[in-house]
Amino acid sequence: MSDNRGLLLFVSLLGAVVVVAALATGSALLSPETTATDGPTFAERLLRVVSLRDPNTRFVLLGTLLLGTTAGIVGTFMLLRRQALVGDVVSHAALPGVAVAFIVGELIAPGSGRDLKWLLCGAALAGLASVVCVNLIRRFSRINPDAILATVLGVFFGFGAVMFKVVQQMKTGGQAGLNHFILGSAATITPDDIRLIASAGLVVLVLCLLLFKEMKLLCFDEGFAIAEGWPVFMLDITLTGLVVAVTVIGLKSVGILMVALLITPPTAARFWTENLGKMIGIAAGIGGVSAVLGSLASALFDKLAGGPTIVLTGTMFFLISLMFGTERGIVCRWLRHRKTQRRIGRADLLRAMFEIIESRVNGDGVQNVERLTTEAVEHADLVSKRSWTAHRVNQIVSRGVHEGIVRMDSERGWRLTHSGAREASRAVRNHRMWELYLITQADIAPSHVDRDADFIEHVLEPELIEQLELLLAKRDEQSVIPPSPHPIGKQGE
Amino acid sequence: MLESTTQTAAVPAEEHPASSPLSIHDMTVAYHRKPVLWDIDYNAPPGRLIAIVGPNGAGKSTLIKAVLNLVPTVSGSVRIFGQTYRKQREQVGYVPQRSSVDWDFPINALEVVTMGLYRRIGWFRPVTRKYRQKAMRALVRVGMQDFAMRQISQLSGGQQQRVFLARALAQESDLYLMDEPFAGVDAATEHAIVAVLRELKDAGRTALVVHHDLQTVPEYFDEVLLLNMRLIAQGPVSEVFTPENLRATYGGKLALLDQVGHRMTMSGDAR
Repeated sequence: MSDNRGLLLFVSLLGAVVVVAALATGSALLSPETTATDGPTFAERLLRVVSLRDPNTRFVLLGTLLLGTTAGIVGTFMLLRRQALVGDVVSHAALPGVAVAFIVGELIAPGSGRDLKWLLCGAALAGLASVVCVNLIRRFSRINPDAILATVLGVFFGFGAVMFKVVQQMKTGGQAGLNHFILGSAATITPDDIRLIASAGLVVLVLCLLLFKEMKLLCFDEGFAIAEGWPVFMLDITLTGLVVAVTVIGLKSVGILMVALLITPPTAARFWTENLGKMIGIAAGIGGVSAVLGSLASALFDKLAGGPTIVLTGTMFFLISLMFGTERGIVCRWLRHRKTQRRIGRADLLRAMFEIIESRVNGDGVQNVERLTTEAVEHADLVSKRSWTAHRVNQIVSRGVHEGIVRMDSERGWRLTHSGAREASRAVRNHRMWELYLITQADIAPSHVDRDADFIEHVLEPELIEQLELLLAKRDEQSVIPPSPHPIGKQGE
Repeated sequence: MLESTTQTAAVPAEEHPASSPLSIHDMTVAYHRKPVLWDIDYNAPPGRLIAIVGPNGAGKSTLIKAVLNLVPTVSGSVRIFGQTYRKQREQVGYVPQRSSVDWDFPINALEVVTMGLYRRIGWFRPVTRKYRQKAMRALVRVGMQDFAMRQISQLSGGQQQRVFLARALAQESDLYLMDEPFAGVDAATEHAIVAVLRELKDAGRTALVVHHDLQTVPEYFDEVLLLNMRLIAQGPVSEVFTPENLRATYGGKLALLDQVGHRMTMSGDAR
C-alpha cells in the first residue's frame, strides 16, 4: 500500500540519518582536527565547507540536518492538528525561561547559570507553562483561540525581553551567549548538542511511528477519537511535549524562529501529496535539506545568523512547492484547469456539430457515422447554436482541427472527421443519458436539465457512466443514441 | 399542555433494562449556563430504526453527544445494554456530522473507514491487510468501493457521508448513533443510507438517527423520538408521529409543517 511505502521511505531515510550522525560524531570526537583561520579566501572557505574537512562544519551540518528532519515530522502533526501557532507561542515563551534559568543558576552557584542543560530545562518549563496557560484560558473562557495565543505569546515574550535586560545588567560574565537563543547560532553547535538533538530526534521518530495511526485519528476527527475511547488528552499532551522538546533543542541553533522550521516544511509538503505518510516524509526531507543548506550558507558567510538563514531556505522550498507542487501547486492547478476547459470545449464543439447535423438530416441518418462526416457546418451555425462569441468559435474549431476531430470544408465551414464523428456520437449519447438519468432519478424539470447535464458530464467518472449505460440498456434496448428529452437547438438562446 | 400527548411511560421499575440498547434516565445537559436538554427519560427498543426529530436547537445532536460522553451531563445516567458507555464502547457505532471534520485532510476514503477499526487493532499496531479488507467490505456496503483510494476532499458531500457511514459499519456495533446522515446528500446517497439502515435492522441492530426531513420519517423509520429540550413524545411512528405531537414539538414554527418535504435549515443546532 502506498501509505506504507511512504512511511517506510521516511523511516529508512531517518534511520540512515541517525546512524550517520552517530558515526560522524564518534569519529569526529576521536580525531579532532585543528583548524587554521588565517584569513582564507572565499574559494578556500567554500571548498572547506563543502568538503566537510572542518569538523565543526560537520557538527553543524549534522545537527541542523537532524533538527530540520525532526521538526518536519512533528510539525506535520501539529499543522494538521491546527496548532501551528502553538509552536510560535512555545518558542517565544522559551526566552523568559532561558533568562530566568540563567539568573536563578547564577544566584544559586555563580557560573552554573551558563550550563546549556540548565538553560534548556528553563526553556522547556517556560514553554510548557505557556501551553498550559493557553489551554486553561481556552477551557475557562470563551475568548477566540487566536486571541488567546497572541495574548500569551505577548506576555511571555515581553517578560522574556525584560528578563534579558536584567541578565545583561548582572555582574556575572557569560551572558553574551544567551543572545544566541533569540536568533540562533548554528555555527556554535557542539558534539554535545548533536548528541542531544540526535537522541531527541530518535525519541520523536519512535513515538511518531508507534503513534502514527493514533495521531492520524486525533488530527482528523477528535470527536470520533473521544467517542472511541482514545485518551485524546494524553495524545495531545504527547504531541505538545514533542513540539516543546523540538523547539527547545533547536533554540540555540535556530532561535525563536524554530516555529518556521516546524511549520514551513509540512506546509510545503502538502503541495506535493495527498497522503499523510508521504507528507511526513517530504516534510522531514524539506526540513532537513533547508536546515543543511541554511547552515552551509551561514558557515560560508560568517556574518549570517544560522536561524534566519535556515528559515529563509525553508521559505524558498515553500515558494517552489506553492508554485510547482504536483498535487496542489498553482502551476499544476492551472494546467489541470486548462486541460478541463479544453476537454469541455472539445465536447461542446462535437455535440454542437452533431445536433446541427441532426436537425438537418433528421431521423436515422445521424446513427450513421459516415453520414455525419458529409455534412458541413458553418461558423454562423455554431455561433447561433451555442452562446459562444465568434472568437470563441474560432478558437475551439481551430483546436478541433489541430486535434483532428474536425476539418476544413472547402467552401462551407467545417466537417467532422471519422474519429470526430465517432466521438461526437459518444458525447451526445453520454450527454443525453445524463439528461434522462436526471429526469428519471432526481425530479429535475426537463427544461432545467441541459445546464446541469453540461456540468455533470464533464466531471463524470467512467464507472458511473457504466452504471448509466446499464440503466439505459434496460429502459431502451435498441437505441444507440437516446433521443434528446428537450427540443434541440434552444439551449443557446 | 404536554400531558395529553406525551407517550413516555412512567420510568419502569428497572431504571436501565439490560435489553434496551440505549437507556437514558433523568438526563440533563447544559452548555455553559444554558440548559439544552431537560430530564430526558428514554428506553430505546432493540432492533428498531429510530428517528430523533425536533427543531433547530432542540438538543438532538447534544443528546447523541451526551450518550457518547462527548459533552458532560449535569445529571442523570445513560446505559448501553444495561452497562455504562465506557464498558460498552464496542457496542456503539458513531456517525458524526459531516461538517465536524476537515475534509481537506491528506487521507483517502479507505483510511477514514479503517479508523472505525483502530480500537480493535489496538495501541501502536499498524493497520494490516486484514483490516484494510474489512474496511473495504464496509465501503462496498455503502456503494463506495470505486472511491476507496480517492482523497476525501475529492468526494462529493454525499460520498463523504457514505464514507462516514462505512466507518461506523466497520465497527460492527449493535447500536448506531447517527448525527444527521441525510443532511445535504444526493438522492443516490439517501437510497444507500436507507438500504444500510434496513440491513442493520434486519440484522437485529438498533439505529438512532437525527433526522430533519419530516416527510420521510414514516417511510424510513419505525420509531420516532420527538425532542425540544424535553422529550415531547416517543414510540412507534404510527402512534406518535401525529400533528398534535408535532405541534407540541415545533410550537410556533408549525408553519413549517405545511411545507414538509422542504428541507429545513440545517445550521445552528450543531452546538
